[in-house]
Amino acid sequence: MKVAILVFPGTGGEQDCHYVLTEVFGLEAELVWHTETDLRRFDALILPGGASYGDYLRPGALAKFSPVMGSVIKAADSGTPILGIGNGFQILLEAGLLPGAMLVNESLLFYCGPQKVEVVKDRTPFTRGIAPGTLLDLPIAHGAGNYFIDEAGLAHLEANEQIVFRYAGSNPNGSVGAIAGVCNAAGNVVGLMPHPERAVEALLGSEDGQQIFKALINYWEAKK
Amino acid sequence: MKEPTPQEIRDEKIWQSLGLTEAEYEQICKTLGRLPNYTEVGMYSVLWSEHCAYKHTRPLFKLFPTTGERIIQGPGENAGVVDIGDGWAVVFKIESHNHPSAIEPYQGAATGVGGMLRDIFTMGARPIAALNSLRFGELDDERVRYLFKGVIAGIAGYGNPVGVPTVGGEIYFDRGYTGNPLVNVMAVGLVRHELITRASASGVGNPVMVVGAPTGRDGIAGASFASGELTDDSEAKSPTVQAGDPFVEKLLIEACLEAIEAGAVVGIQDMGAAGLTSSSCEMASRAGSGIEIDVSLVPQREPGMTPFEIMLSESQERMLIVPRKEAVERVKAIFAKYGLPAVVVGKVTDDGMIRVYNGPNLAAEVPAKSLSTDGAPTYVRQAKRPAYLDQTQAFDLSTIPEQTDYTTDLLNLLDSPTIASKQWVYRQFDYLAQMNTVVAPGDADAAVLRIKGTKKGIAVTVDGNGRMVYLDPYQGSLGVVAEAARNLVCTGAEPIGLTDGLNFGNPEKPEVYWQLQQSIQGLADAARELAIPVTGGNASLYNESSGQPIYPTPIVGMVGLIEDIDLRMTSSFKDTDDVIALLGWPGSELGGSEWLKLKVGEPQGKPPVINLGREKALQKACLAAIRRRLIKSAHDISEGGLAVCIAESCIQGNLGAEVQLPWPGRIDGLLFGESAGRIIVSVDPTKWEELSELAASYGVPLVRLGRVTANKVVFTCAQDQQVVSTTVASLKKAWEQALPKRLG
Amino acid sequence: MFKAEIKVTLKPGVLDPQAKAIADSLSVQGFSEVDAVRVGKYIEVILEADTAEAAASRVAEMGRRLLANPVTENFSFTLTPLEGEA
Repeated sequence: MKVAILVFPGTGGEQDCHYVLTEVFGLEAELVWHTETDLRRFDALILPGGASYGDYLRPGALAKFSPVMGSVIKAADSGTPILGIGNGFQILLEAGLLPGAMLVNESLLFYCGPQKVEVVKDRTPFTRGIAPGTLLDLPIAHGAGNYFIDEAGLAHLEANEQIVFRYAGSNPNGSVGAIAGVCNAAGNVVGLMPHPERAVEALLGSEDGQQIFKALINYWEAKK
Repeated sequence: MKEPTPQEIRDEKIWQSLGLTEAEYEQICKTLGRLPNYTEVGMYSVLWSEHCAYKHTRPLFKLFPTTGERIIQGPGENAGVVDIGDGWAVVFKIESHNHPSAIEPYQGAATGVGGMLRDIFTMGARPIAALNSLRFGELDDERVRYLFKGVIAGIAGYGNPVGVPTVGGEIYFDRGYTGNPLVNVMAVGLVRHELITRASASGVGNPVMVVGAPTGRDGIAGASFASGELTDDSEAKSPTVQAGDPFVEKLLIEACLEAIEAGAVVGIQDMGAAGLTSSSCEMASRAGSGIEIDVSLVPQREPGMTPFEIMLSESQERMLIVPRKEAVERVKAIFAKYGLPAVVVGKVTDDGMIRVYNGPNLAAEVPAKSLSTDGAPTYVRQAKRPAYLDQTQAFDLSTIPEQTDYTTDLLNLLDSPTIASKQWVYRQFDYLAQMNTVVAPGDADAAVLRIKGTKKGIAVTVDGNGRMVYLDPYQGSLGVVAEAARNLVCTGAEPIGLTDGLNFGNPEKPEVYWQLQQSIQGLADAARELAIPVTGGNASLYNESSGQPIYPTPIVGMVGLIEDIDLRMTSSFKDTDDVIALLGWPGSELGGSEWLKLKVGEPQGKPPVINLGREKALQKACLAAIRRRLIKSAHDISEGGLAVCIAESCIQGNLGAEVQLPWPGRIDGLLFGESAGRIIVSVDPTKWEELSELAASYGVPLVRLGRVTANKVVFTCAQDQQVVSTTVASLKKAWEQALPKRLG
Repeated sequence: MFKAEIKVTLKPGVLDPQAKAIADSLSVQGFSEVDAVRVGKYIEVILEADTAEAAASRVAEMGRRLLANPVTENFSFTLTPLEGEA
């Protein structure tokens, strides 16, 4: 499996993701600059965290016009597993690949810290094999992770089972329905605010994030 | 726009409004052998400012020990470089941004972070951590709350999007800083030895490039444009506060490191204070070369800028690069990838002159050496011991009645913002970015980062108790270095280098100069005795408001090395029935303590006496105990004394403690005294004997105080009287709620 | 040349914590008459267009595609012709 890690100007989490995929899981991964227009050689895409375009205007709003996004949309349509983490999630929302939008945290403050996250849906490439209801320790670090969707949209999300993760315990940012992550209707595009890549080593406090990457590996093995 | 002529500058003493003294102006005339023009006077005025030239502190810096086996780069560069083995080196420095933060807290702090990071990656190092040391007035003051919130937001607003984790820091709240907050930022970078890059313009004929953000009028409107007759162009009245752009900084980091890795760069320097003037002159004078630049080629953000303005602008996120001659196109391509301008504006020459052209016209021509720090005048002032010391040192503790119960005092101390949990602050910082943070803020006396691809880790801390230094600048400063080292040692790290941030009042006042002298002597003596070389630092003088100087506040940033990251230590108690013990020499000095502040408000008494010989033995013993896995927690006794230290270990471990104080004397001193050279450790009972032997072998006392319990926190004195009785939940509530409840 | 002054505001029904903080603060400062606060963005765009209609259509397009997020934000704008090069 070959994974593309997309790098927009201002993206910060690409080295973290690259380290985790290659050093921790021994996968093949490549940093792909945002001007690339052909992603067909990759089996999965990750849009990492950070502050693409400085989070100016709205987080993710400017990145959606990067040249690479055309091929991200194509990959999404063709069923390629795509994971957006933090700012990557925000980009997927702004690009319309995932439903809803992000607002600034209810506290108006950036929030970094450990967080319990409940897996709600296991039928995505990134949660395959994780029993719904499983609680994961995944750190969060964001200033605009307050997920919003209107009531009709929320009802639609629930009916279509597009909610993948919810915050457990306290809701750290005011998200509607404590939603921490969602997927598209087909389930191959997943976005979440928590950072699974920062939770893959006991040395750093939690290994729960491994499950997300192992799910992708399982998905890939099963598909082969 | 009409600039004054050289004659007008002389006759109307325009040099004065630019901050030069008459003697300095005359020295410039003598150096040049003619009257300087406006641009030249401007260049000298900024580079010979206290901020750039360290006119008062440079003679005193000679006291610092600056060499050591691990030192790759000592003072004199953008940042110090220390070897940590395996081909890696750590780059670090501390810098203040006090004045800008007092005017505009968000941008002041943000640009402080930005400037500090540039000093790190200009050395070829990737910034891996930032810390901050902050001083504010008390939080009951509305303006103080505004400044505090703004500074924290600024640090977060810049540090988070550039992807550099803010992993630690310290904050003191005291009326002594009400009108003049202190914002010191330390940054730490990691570099392979072969990529260490210096700010030196060598290779005659090599091009000189300006890269990064375009140049505007930021930061030059102040002193120079105060004399209104210079211009009626309203554009010139741009705000004096520089604004930071973390997005451009992030791109600049990536582009500079890519250019350095590509082997394209001969020398590189941040354009910090005094912008193009300082960067060109420092790079040339370090190499013994000259630089010729044409300011008309510098990318500009505003129309109609003069050579004076371009040379003095403090626009952020810019660098001066001297590439290899054949690598210009490579550098341009790398910067183009990140959407940043990279323009050749001149070349390196061999005659030691800085020549500034504006198109075909020569706008300034001065010897680089004369402009540089080495060429600037230095001042040794008259020193006088301040009279207040007679009063504070005569303080008589017996005027404070003894109590039978100190539970309320302990809760009040935990509720004091200086001691309280700083979670409200560090939650706003992305302290996990880059995935190296092994010991996070609030978990130990210092932050610990792992070095990927090795077994190693580094610990980093910033420390500086200004109140102690106020009460005795020499002893207080010994204490600052000793405490920083002790904090590192408590995480299992061996201190390997320090950087100093000196924050003082007006050195032209004999009392302030005395404080400065005494303090630097203290820092230097402690650094020498503990064998921790000084790799550079920063001085911020003239920190006063309404004529009142701040507490003399030297801040030490220190880096320690952990050879095996598995042998790291935190400060929380781990298991019930573990033995709680004091490693070090018992003490009960209350002078300058937080407890005394609670009782009398103003700083009083003499600060703890520092015994460097004992300190050294203690630190060695503690490190050995950690490396031999004999202890389960280590926490330095500092603000709030032994009782607060144990309370914090309880809170962090969510456990209780049963402690018996075996010493005679005033209970308040035993509980809350801040005597140095003491570490509270917790020990598995089966390891007690081995630990006792180890302590004895280092000649360090180990005193058994009690045991870790489930949730009650009880202190008993030698007469078996309970003097503190509470629960960990009550302590935790006081400690955690202190900041949120004051900030709303 | 035209100057478009664009206002982006949160849609009614979207919680605006910033506005709430400002309203609370104003009330603490004694502005008891304050009934409601809305916070939005103001964006100025200088653009070339042959007619005001053409300019308006382009600005509306900018709003839809980038300046406002249709899930959470509304936008409105006014156009002013600029003297000079137009």
